[in-house]
Amino acid sequence: MSAETPDRARRDHHATPDAGHGERVGVYVCHCGHNIANTVAVEEVAEWAGQQPGVVVARDYKFMCSSLGQELIEQDIQQLGLNRVVVAACSPHMHEKTFRSACQRAGLNPYLFEMANIREMGSWATNDREAATQKAKAQVKGAVERVVRQQPLEPLYVDINPNTLVVGGGVAGLTAALELANAGYHVYLVERDSSIGGHMAKLDKTFPTLDCAACILTPKMVDVANHPNITLMTWSEVVAVHGYVGNFTVRVRKKARYIKEDLCTGCGTCVEKCPVRIIDQNFEVGLGYRKAIYRNFPQAVPKYPVIDTANCTFFQRGKCRACEIVCPTDAIDFNQKDTIVDLEVGNIILATGYEQFDARRVPQYGYGRLANVFTSMEFERMVNAAGPTAGRVVLRDGVTVPKRVGIIHCVGSRDKNYHEYCSRACCMAALKFAHLVHERVPEAEVFNFYIDIRASGKHYEEFYHRVLSEGAHFIRGRVAEVTDAARGPGEEGQLIIQVEDTLIGKQRRIPVDMVILMAGMEARKDARQVAALFGLGCDYDGWFTERHAKLDPVVTMTEGILVAGACQGPKAIPESVAQGSAAAARVAGMIGQRVMKMEPVRASIDAASCSGCRICNNLCPYHAITFHEDRKVSEVITALCQGCGACVAACPSAAISGAHFTRDQVLAQIEGILWDARQPEVLWLEPQ
Amino acid sequence: MRYSYYPGCSLERNAGAYHTSLMAVAAQLGVEFAEVDDWNCCGATEFIAVNRLRAYALVSRNLALAARQTGGSNGAAKGQLVAPCSACYLNLSKVDHYLSESPALASDVNQALAAGGLSYAPGSLRVRHLLDVLVNDVGYEKVAARVCRPLHGLRVAPYYGCLVVRPGFRERFDDPEYPTSLDRLMRALGATVVDFPLKAHCCGGHMTQISRDVALELIRRLLKNAADYQADLIVTLCPMCQLNLDAFQESVNGLFGTEYRIPILFFTQLMGLAFGLSPAAVGIGKEFIDARPALAKIGAAAPAAAEAAPKRKPRRGDQSLPLPQMSEEE
Repeated sequence: MSAETPDRARRDHHATPDAGHGERVGVYVCHCGHNIANTVAVEEVAEWAGQQPGVVVARDYKFMCSSLGQELIEQDIQQLGLNRVVVAACSPHMHEKTFRSACQRAGLNPYLFEMANIREMGSWATNDREAATQKAKAQVKGAVERVVRQQPLEPLYVDINPNTLVVGGGVAGLTAALELANAGYHVYLVERDSSIGGHMAKLDKTFPTLDCAACILTPKMVDVANHPNITLMTWSEVVAVHGYVGNFTVRVRKKARYIKEDLCTGCGTCVEKCPVRIIDQNFEVGLGYRKAIYRNFPQAVPKYPVIDTANCTFFQRGKCRACEIVCPTDAIDFNQKDTIVDLEVGNIILATGYEQFDARRVPQYGYGRLANVFTSMEFERMVNAAGPTAGRVVLRDGVTVPKRVGIIHCVGSRDKNYHEYCSRACCMAALKFAHLVHERVPEAEVFNFYIDIRASGKHYEEFYHRVLSEGAHFIRGRVAEVTDAARGPGEEGQLIIQVEDTLIGKQRRIPVDMVILMAGMEARKDARQVAALFGLGCDYDGWFTERHAKLDPVVTMTEGILVAGACQGPKAIPESVAQGSAAAARVAGMIGQRVMKMEPVRASIDAASCSGCRICNNLCPYHAITFHEDRKVSEVITALCQGCGACVAACPSAAISGAHFTRDQVLAQIEGILWDARQPEVLWLEPQ
Repeated sequence: MRYSYYPGCSLERNAGAYHTSLMAVAAQLGVEFAEVDDWNCCGATEFIAVNRLRAYALVSRNLALAARQTGGSNGAAKGQLVAPCSACYLNLSKVDHYLSESPALASDVNQALAAGGLSYAPGSLRVRHLLDVLVNDVGYEKVAARVCRPLHGLRVAPYYGCLVVRPGFRERFDDPEYPTSLDRLMRALGATVVDFPLKAHCCGGHMTQISRDVALELIRRLLKNAADYQADLIVTLCPMCQLNLDAFQESVNGLFGTEYRIPILFFTQLMGLAFGLSPAAVGIGKEFIDARPALAKIGAAAPAAAEAAPKRKPRRGDQSLPLPQMSEEE
C-alpha cells in the first residue's frame, strides 16, 4: 500500500474506467463517526474500491449523510461526470432516500444509486476488524456490479383517498379520529366492542391531576358520535384489507346487535327488564354483573344496547322475548344478521390497545384462590362511582371495609418469568390507588410494595410526594408470596404479604385485609393476527413495530398503516393521546399532498414468454395480477403492484421481472459479493 | 415404559415404604424401573457446599453409570433416569445442567470419572422425578382408570417441598412457586385436596441435626397449615420431608405444646391404596404417626352431590362481589 496521499478526497484511484459497460461509478465509504470506522478499515475499502473496474472515484468520509458528504457526491457527479453512485454506509432504511435525493439534485436519476449496508450488516455485527473489512469490500463489489446494470426509473404518482380508517375506539383512536375530522377529513372509526371509550372508560380518576376519567372522556365520545365527518362503527371488526397507501379497500363485519338503531332511543327499559344476570367479564372485569341485553355503562356511546346471544334465553331456548315486549319503539329485531361493509380509505391508523396481564399466572400471589386479592382493574371498577360497589372500598363480601391494604407493584412486569419490560403506567396508578384508599377509608393503612417508583412525567414526582405525605407506607422489595397461612395469632384471618425489605435487608411479613395486584400491560392475544391482517410487524412481546423508535414512532414499515397508543407498547393516557394526535397529523400531511410519489419498483410480465399458468394470479398479496382469458396471458396492474417480487420468484417461465430487481442485476450483485470466493471445483455447464 | 431407576440411600432405609409402594404402583401401571447397577450416594444437600468439584464428580458417577447401562446416548431415544427422592433428583439434574453449561467443569469431572473407567457426556440423560413420570408420561387419565377404591372423603394436603420444582430450570415440570401436579394426581384418585399454601416451603431438611429449634419451627408451620385446612393427612414425594414431618412431629408437640397427629404418607402409598392394594403392600404401618385412623375414612363419605353448591341467583340484599373465574379449574 502506498503512503497516504495528502488529498485523498481528490485522488482518482483508477485510470481505466471502462468495465465493459462504459459506466462511471463513484464509491463513497462512510465512517459513521466511530460506528463503522472502528471495525471496518474504511480507508482501505475506499482505496481498494477505487481500483475496481468501472470505478472512477472512491472516497471515504466521516459522515456521508451530512450536508458536506452529500455535496461531495453532487460535485463529483457534475465535475467527474459520474453516472452511477454507490454509498457504503448504514441500512437503506436509514439513508437511501437521503442519497437518492443528492443524486437527483446533481441531475442523476435516483435509481442509478445503490447502497451497501456495512454498518448493521458489518461493523455492528462483529468485532473482527479483518473479517468486517473483507465483508465490506464484498458488499461494495456487489453494489458496484449491480449499479452498473441499473436502469433509470421514473416514480409513479397515485391519488390519495382522503378518507381514513381508525381501528380502535380507545382514547388514542378517539383522539386521532377527532383530529382528522376537525381538519375536515372523513374518518371511519371501527370498534370491536359495543361502545367506544376503551380501558379509560373503566377508570375512576386519572393521575396525577385526579381528574374524573369519565368527565374528560365521555364528552370526547359524544363528539365522535355526533361529528359529521366521522362514521362510527361499533360492534364491528375489520376482516380483510386490500390495496396500498392512498387506496386501501377495507372489509368490515358489522356484527348483529339485534337492535334497530334507527328506532332505539336508548331508554334502557329492555336492559332493566331482562331476566338474565351474568358476571360481566369485559367491562366490569368480572367484578360486576350485566344483563343478556346490555350496554357497557349507562353513558355508553352509542347508546344502543346489544344482545349477548350466548346468554340470552330467547336465543338459547326460544322463549322469553321480554325485551321485545317492553320496548316502546319496537326496536328489538331477533332476525338481524351480520353485515359486511367495504370501505375505501387512503390511510389506516391502528389504535387497538393492550390487555391486562392475567394475574392468575402468578399463583403465589393468590389471585383467584384468595378472595381478597384484587387486580388493579378490579380495584378501578370498585372505586368508580358508577362501578359495582358505587365507589365503596370493600372486601369481596361487599360490606367489610379493609383496615390495611397492600398494593403489589410490577405483577407480570419487570419479571423475566413473564414480561421483562416495565408497564410504565402502574406505578402511578398504584400511587393513585393509595391516595384513593386514604380518601375513601381515612383510617386505613396502605402499604406499597415496589421495586422502583417510576414517576417520570409532568407533575408525577410531585404526586408521589403527596401520597408519601398522606402517610402511605412504601416497602422496597419484590413480594415473595401472599398467603393466608398464619404463623401466629397476630396474623390469623388476614392475608400475609411476605417480602424482603431490601432497604433494611430483612424478611418481613405484613398482614393486610386486602391486596391489590398492579397487573402490567401486555399485547392483545390476537395482536399477531391483527398485524398480519394489516401487514405490519410485531416485536417479540407482540407490540406493533414502529418505523423508528425515536424519530418515527407512529408510522410503520408499511406505507399508509400507522399506529397510536398502547398497541405499540405500554402507555398511559397522555402518551396515548399524544400518539393519536401525531398519527392524525401524519395522515393529514399525507392527504394534503393529494398525490403521492410511489417507488417505481414494479413487476411486469413479458406477454410473449407468459405460458398462462396463472401461478402468479393467486400468489399476489395485492391482487395486482389479472388474467386475460382471450389471450391466455397474465398482466400486472402497475398501480396495484407493490414490488414485493413474489410473482417474479414463482414464475416458472421467468416471464416476470421486477424493475430495479432484475435477474441480471441480482445475479451480478451476487457475483460481486463472491468476488474473492475460490473457484468451484465443479464444472458448470452453461445453459444455452 | 422402561426407565433407569436411581433409588438413593433413603429408599433403602427410612423411606422403605416409598420404594415398596412405588414398585407396587409401577407394576400396576405397566412401568418398569431398572435400578442402576452399583450406584452411589448423591451427596445429599451438604456435600456440594463442602467441595463442589468432588460433589459433582460423585453425582456424575451415577449419571455415567446410568448412561452406560441405558445403552449410551447414541440410541434414538434419550436414556431417562428416574429418581423418587427430591434431593437425589435435584442433584442429578443440577449436575447435568451445570455440566452442560460449563465445558470446563465437564472436562474436570470427566477427568475424575476416567479414574474409574467412566465418562459422561452432559445432556445425554434426561433426569426425571418420579412424580413427573407418573403424571406426564403415564397421565392422570390412565391413573384414574386404575382406581378401584377411590379415596373419597379423605382430605389431603399436597406437600411438594422446596427441591422438586426449584430452581426453575428449563426442564422442570411444574410451576416453581405454586406447583399443582400432585394436587391433580390426588384428585384423580378421588381424594379431596385442601388448599395448602405452604406446599412448596422448606421442611427444614437436615437442620434437625444442626439447629433443632429452627427446624422444629419450620415443621410446626407446615403441620399448623395442614391442620388449619382440616387435612386428614399430608402427602409428600420426598423422603426427607416425610421423615421430618413424621419423626419430629412429637418433638414439635413437645416444644410448642401442640397436639398434632397428622400422618405423613408418600403419594405412591395413596396411589396403591386407591388401586386396591392392601395397606401392608404399600408399606403402611412403618410411619411414626399411625395413618390407619385417618385412612379409615376412605370411602366413608362419597362426595355428596350437594357439595358442589347449586347455582343460585344472588339473594336480595347480598352485596358480595363475584370471585374471579379460574379458567384452568378441573
